[in-house]
Amino acid sequence: MILMFVIGLAMVLPMLHVIAQSLSDAPAINSGAVGLWPVGFTTENYHLILKDGTMWLAFRNSVIVTVAGTLINLAATASLAYPLSRPEYLYRKAALVLVLITMIFHAPLIPNYLLLKNLHMLNTLWVLIIPGAISAYNLFVMRSFFVNLPNELLDSARIDGCGEFRMIWKIVLPLSKPVMATMGIMYAVGNWNMYSQAIYYIDKRSLLLLQVRLREIVITDNMGASDITSDLINLISPEGLKMAVIVFATIPIMLVYPFLQKHFIKGMLVGSIKS
Amino acid sequence: MASKMDIAREGILTFNDSKAKRSFIMKHWPLYAISIPGLLYFIIFKYIPLFGSVIAFQDYNIFKGIRGSKWVGLEHFQRMFEYHEFLMILKNTLLIGLYDLVFAFPIPILLALLLNEIRFHGYKRVVQTVIYMPHFLSWVIVGGVVVALLSPSTGVVNHSLGWFGIEPIYFLGENSYIRTILIGSGIWKDSGWGTIIYLAAIAGINPDLYEAAEMDGAGKFRQVMAITVPSILPVITILFLLHIGRFLDFGFERVFVFLNSLNSENGEILDTYVYRAGLVDRQYSYTTAIGLFKSIVGLVLIVAGNSLSKKASGEGLY
Repeated sequence: MILMFVIGLAMVLPMLHVIAQSLSDAPAINSGAVGLWPVGFTTENYHLILKDGTMWLAFRNSVIVTVAGTLINLAATASLAYPLSRPEYLYRKAALVLVLITMIFHAPLIPNYLLLKNLHMLNTLWVLIIPGAISAYNLFVMRSFFVNLPNELLDSARIDGCGEFRMIWKIVLPLSKPVMATMGIMYAVGNWNMYSQAIYYIDKRSLLLLQVRLREIVITDNMGASDITSDLINLISPEGLKMAVIVFATIPIMLVYPFLQKHFIKGMLVGSIKS
Repeated sequence: MASKMDIAREGILTFNDSKAKRSFIMKHWPLYAISIPGLLYFIIFKYIPLFGSVIAFQDYNIFKGIRGSKWVGLEHFQRMFEYHEFLMILKNTLLIGLYDLVFAFPIPILLALLLNEIRFHGYKRVVQTVIYMPHFLSWVIVGGVVVALLSPSTGVVNHSLGWFGIEPIYFLGENSYIRTILIGSGIWKDSGWGTIIYLAAIAGINPDLYEAAEMDGAGKFRQVMAITVPSILPVITILFLLHIGRFLDFGFERVFVFLNSLNSENGEILDTYVYRAGLVDRQYSYTTAIGLFKSIVGLVLIVAGNSLSKKASGEGLY
């Protein structure tokens, strides 16, 4: 029990340290006095970030990719998962194998890059959304949810003369709220944290994603620090600024975290039973 | 109508002729229609690049395309194995994969066993919430946190070392630490998350077994070793197999965020190399050969691991 307490602490303390540094001034950080509580409290780090235009641009792009991307993810996954769960769909075995193969064996980076180049998708936000529209794993999880929908309900709707489209809209979708919520959150977190695709396929500054900007600032020290005026130099340490950027990019995840954890675990367990 | 559907559900729906089949499909056309975009997605974005991988056997020229480029057979694969830099990167990939398997894989199992021993429900909840959290942070953020902790001038780690009179170490600037950092940050990020599946498996164990063991005088530790561990062994086997199949897929992001020119000798892996040599230096065919090599090794590992485990325990992925 005590051991678990220590392990738990090991998970939180680094985050608390980051938050403390982000709220501390330069002398305190440089002398190493900052532990888990801010020393020389200042919010100047955050002021600087919020004044940074590139930061907001990156934030906006990430929000667009997360919102539009997640909607497309859900629509695309559901519209394939549902037919593949119905016995009336005669070729479901073949289609499932088609998907399964892509899970086991996938193409290297360069052929993917060349395809997207030929489709003229490079340097658009689409390239971050469309090529990742369906995750095969999520597709299987969603399908297993649809398979377990009560058949009687669907049959009786059919007998009442309900068309296939109306049935999906009026019966299937309302019943699938839980799985849609779970998948939506899974996709949204993935989209928000997206990094490698942005590195591979985008080099336009105006389409910068938050995670990419974050790495520039935090790891490669490319601050765009020109706005640090001389009277701030005593107040702002590069470290404090970096930590503030980290906190800034983490806040959205932390806001949805309680919600996220609950749904994620359910989704993960559904998936594990079927696979 | 209802009876026909029941038959279909049992999977023994047969048709006398293709006309009957066609009319059945026509009756349910919306189902087939909405599946088309999804199927097209898999064909376009998954299968076309797969066939596009043939450029690994060509001297691909971006202006001539696949049809116009010259075929060179296995030349790129040969070049791969003759190239000093490639062999070093392959070694890194294998070593990092191995360390990850040895050090990171067992930790969620241990954590799950420990968590399971916590009897106080509310406390267990809190601990779980806390150890799952880092999983949702991006690798860039995890990288940032690690960089902050290890910073030679302001990081806590070096300050703590200072109390023992140890000079500050620039951890990320040295080859000797990069692998430890990669594995360690992975443990921090994902091991709590990895416990979920084991906890679910543990929850499924019949409680009678523990009662019987207690009657026979088995202590807590003995119960864990004799009941809990064997009961979750099938789950461990399956996850182990999945891990083996992804042996070379350590992940681009988690390495890329830590990589710099000072630590790349021990830190660069196939994924980051393919990015650098392929997309940055535009050696398309050569890096496709590397990617293909990686995929094939992964496939062989899955198949081999699966047949091994079937022989040993009767458990397998398929």
